[in-house]
Amino acid sequence: MSDSNTELLEIRGLSKSFPGVKALDSIDFTLRRGEIHALMGENGAGKSTLIKVLTGVQKKDSGYVKLEGEEFEASSPMDAARKGISTVYQEINLLPNLSVAENIYIGRQPMKWGRIDWKAINSNARKVLSKLDLDLDVSLPLSSFSTAIQQMVAIARALDIQAKILILDEPTSSLDLAETKNLFATMQKLKQDGISIIFITHFLDQVYDTSDRITVLRNGQLIGEYKTAELPRFELISRMLGRELEQEMESHGRKTGDRHSLLKEPFMTLKNVEEEGVLFLFDMEIHEGEVLGLAGLLGSGRTETARLLFGIDRPTGGTIKIDGHPVNINSPKQAIDQSIAFCPEDRKTEGIIPDLSVRENIILPLQARKNILSGLSLKEQEKITDRFIDLLKIKASNREQKAGTLSGGNQQKVILARWMAMNPRLLILDEPTRGIDVGAKAEIEKLIFRLSEEGRSVLFISSELEEIVHICSRVTILKDRKKIGELSGEGISEEKIMKTLAKESRAEI
Amino acid sequence: MISRIKKKTSPMPGGSSGHNILYPLLAFAAILLFNLFFTEGFFSLEIKNGHLFGSLIDIFNRGAPIMLITIGMTLVYATGGVDLSVGAIIAISGAMAAQLIRPDYVKGILEYGDQTSLIIILIVPLALSVILGLWNGFLVAYIGVQPIIATLILMTVGRGIAQLITRGQIIVFEHPPFQFIGSGFFLGLPFPIVLVIFLFILTWTLTRKTSMGLFIEASGANSKASRYMGIQVRLIKTFTYGFSGFCAGLAGLIITADIKAADANNAGIFMELDAIAAVIIGGTINGGRFSMAGALIGALIIQSLTTTIITRGVPPQVVLVFKAVIIIIVALIQSGKLREQVSKLTHFRENAP
Repeated sequence: MSDSNTELLEIRGLSKSFPGVKALDSIDFTLRRGEIHALMGENGAGKSTLIKVLTGVQKKDSGYVKLEGEEFEASSPMDAARKGISTVYQEINLLPNLSVAENIYIGRQPMKWGRIDWKAINSNARKVLSKLDLDLDVSLPLSSFSTAIQQMVAIARALDIQAKILILDEPTSSLDLAETKNLFATMQKLKQDGISIIFITHFLDQVYDTSDRITVLRNGQLIGEYKTAELPRFELISRMLGRELEQEMESHGRKTGDRHSLLKEPFMTLKNVEEEGVLFLFDMEIHEGEVLGLAGLLGSGRTETARLLFGIDRPTGGTIKIDGHPVNINSPKQAIDQSIAFCPEDRKTEGIIPDLSVRENIILPLQARKNILSGLSLKEQEKITDRFIDLLKIKASNREQKAGTLSGGNQQKVILARWMAMNPRLLILDEPTRGIDVGAKAEIEKLIFRLSEEGRSVLFISSELEEIVHICSRVTILKDRKKIGELSGEGISEEKIMKTLAKESRAEI
Repeated sequence: MISRIKKKTSPMPGGSSGHNILYPLLAFAAILLFNLFFTEGFFSLEIKNGHLFGSLIDIFNRGAPIMLITIGMTLVYATGGVDLSVGAIIAISGAMAAQLIRPDYVKGILEYGDQTSLIIILIVPLALSVILGLWNGFLVAYIGVQPIIATLILMTVGRGIAQLITRGQIIVFEHPPFQFIGSGFFLGLPFPIVLVIFLFILTWTLTRKTSMGLFIEASGANSKASRYMGIQVRLIKTFTYGFSGFCAGLAGLIITADIKAADANNAGIFMELDAIAAVIIGGTINGGRFSMAGALIGALIIQSLTTTIITRGVPPQVVLVFKAVIIIIVALIQSGKLREQVSKLTHFRENAP
């Protein structure tokens, strides 16, 4: 059973549902001995759920997992590690105050005479690390080393538990270029030792640098498994983001903003705006009544741009002008004062207040703009709430229902209602349709068109290119935290966006 | 009165806060019922010289300081914080008042000197208390110190500050106008009770008739989302700590005026724990929705418990044990999970053959 190309891990028909969402829909996944296998997909594609089910954080609904031909089921990540599947997470889950050696052996310390054998721990730790070409003082606390080294220690720990499979979840996101190269070298070395690696990253170049095979997931479904060498970048992106190009959908004549001449002065302009370490220099113009799309892969700077415009993060350089006047937007409150609104990507922690009622969730920003003493009367509040429950078809039993008990789509509508009640000039929508059903999606699209007709501007961020192409009158394309292109009007197509994204930018991984 | 107000403030049918108040009320009723049977004359009220007297009045009167700081604590709790420093602020406020009344006492001079005006005796300690509260708020909201640590600082240092003011002595004094705050009567009611009623109405108006209460609840339930809606979460949080300081300062004045002495070591000691217990008994357990009426009933439960136990001749040292037991029971009853378990268990029994 141990010839070099045999299947080590076999997942078939794996499904997992959460209330309202099918996170994994009958997924197949195969990992061979000694291969580096990239798991690709946008946020919500199902990558993390797959890993969580595999490592026992969550229970599968159906399907099976076989490791070396034997049924595999882990009750916890610890259990999974003992059985041969170790995970190194993006945020390293080690204990910074303990020594390197303790971190490697915690929970399974070698004992001697009923006491911990420190000598053995330290010498064993040195041995394990030397396999990764690391020579450290293992008695120093972990926190005295760089993130890259800490990651290596996490890998060393995984290896020492006799890992057959190593899962690396976004391991490079906090590493610099040299450290990343180092990690890749280690990965190659492990591969030669016969260890299989599942590699999750949002840097395309890294996938092509390291992996043998790629499995693409989208919206909880398996798109396919490919040999890396046989899958051009463009194809990969199209599989992650869009429909198959062959079935490019019927053209849609209308475009938002067509009616509004883009020749008019933009109401908001960004010039050379940057945020150190987060966003590189870029320009942007937003016109009244247009829907401007921000396209790009995860980590490309989409959300960062939104946060900057809304005053959550502050630019370190450049100027932002509204109606030709330079403005400082240093807090969400100031952004709201400039009539900018923001529906954040993470609805649960940044958007909805689950303990408060639908009414309170909708009227809060309106209240916050007023003087504390001159609030809206309960009657006015109820009127506004009823209007939006009606307009957005929010399914709530009554306006005093706790917002947290609504479905995801309806929570999103409550957040939209909250901002529409304020009548903002610019509405920033970060992944507004994620995790909500098709019907609600269509209604949200309709609303966006409506806002645009009323002369409101919308900044629309989405991982689904299909949506962007469908809704936006102009698209700004971001990659690696930089603006790399812009399309407008009839020139917008999924293909063009993907082609722009697929261009290599090897210089800055 | 309390239940009527509750209905107004909680428009949610079957909403959580409306529901929670039931259990503290039951607990309070149980204690009163116990006294009805076992404490003679517990419910008798008499009017002497136009003043109301009786055990019940006594409970309200003795409980006034706890009720006052509970009002402040509830708001702090609703923002997701806690204020451990109220006991220390009570000591500081009392020390300050006594020092103003008898500025030379600490130097061993027993003469009062020029009579300080009542306004100053009231305003200075209260202002100082507010400033100390705002300091807590600043640490929590702007520096990002954990509330329990930020207020622990003042809890520890505060008694030191009070000692500095009194130079380590217990300042005793006579000042009839000031003593009125602790032992006077207004419209037949002891003045501390009047102060509690006044502060309760003030707070209720402030939180329910303006958007303040909603902002506090929003900030406590999800401070990030609140910030993204333009709510000035930091300012709101700072305000609640300042307000809590004010309540503690007022409680300090009552206690000092009542015993006619400022004892920096013992005034208000452990009272923060009583207030926290009252808030929790009252049904405000996490940041977010708060129930002021529930918290006040919680304070009454604690006070009536103390009074009951002491009048039954139990040594005061044991009172703490009783308090602990009651808090555990009420907290357990309020835990939704426990109720679920119990109902499951009874279901199981019913279905068992």
